[in-house]
Amino acid sequence: MSGQTHRVEVTLETLLESVDLAEDITMRVADAAGFDEEQRYRIGMSVREGVINAYQYGNQAERDRKIVLTLELTPEKLVIRVLDQGPGFSLADVPDPLAEENLLKTSGRGLFLMKAFMDEFAVNPGPAGGAELVMAKRYPAGPGGAQPAK
Amino acid sequence: MSFKATARDIGDATVMDLSGRITLGEGSAMLREMIKELVGKGRKHIVLNLGDVTYIDSSGIGELVSGFQTVRTSGGQLKLLHLTKKVHDLLQITKLFTVFDVYSDESVALASFTS
Repeated sequence: MSGQTHRVEVTLETLLESVDLAEDITMRVADAAGFDEEQRYRIGMSVREGVINAYQYGNQAERDRKIVLTLELTPEKLVIRVLDQGPGFSLADVPDPLAEENLLKTSGRGLFLMKAFMDEFAVNPGPAGGAELVMAKRYPAGPGGAQPAK
Repeated sequence: MSFKATARDIGDATVMDLSGRITLGEGSAMLREMIKELVGKGRKHIVLNLGDVTYIDSSGIGELVSGFQTVRTSGGQLKLLHLTKKVHDLLQITKLFTVFDVYSDESVALASFTS
């Protein structure tokens, strides 16, 4: 392990295609970091859901707004940020999709999946407005565990 | 792998064989339209065969729920067949496994419909 932090930042247009692009970039970074297939799937799905959230609810599908995806390989974990240019929101205001009254709703599960699939998850106000989703996945422990890309 | 769906009528039931990805902007809208079309034609016993579905996101899960509601509102029933491990796990963590009728055998799924 090099002890350094490696960082990739991508600015995406508010387009449906950006969802697949963000997932693809993330899967490549997670692969380079040594995460196994199951963990890559979970990390990729979380970023997909994060960018969908930014596309639909944050930027409200307005193409001229941007989505900034940042991937940081720190010595301990992969840290991912998804920043939008929307009105921002608080996690406490988001309905629980597991509540009986919400089980048959057709949306509202994306944030829940990110929380379920990642080791850490938070929603912060963006530095210049909007919402910033911050999530992290620790590298597997032990021999053969993931290592940040050199 | 892009989303594909074909429908087979077996007696009063229709089996929809789905494959590929059911995601926002890819398979989800197409699946919604196909289910609405079937219900519009009076088909009320629908089995979604998910055996070849390689990936599903929260939008895809939402479409399964939407299809379930559409069919139920028309007085019919929608069942799921051949869940892959990933889809099975997603339905479990979202508690939807308790909502859907899930089968691993097509003939058993077809026999389960009550008129």
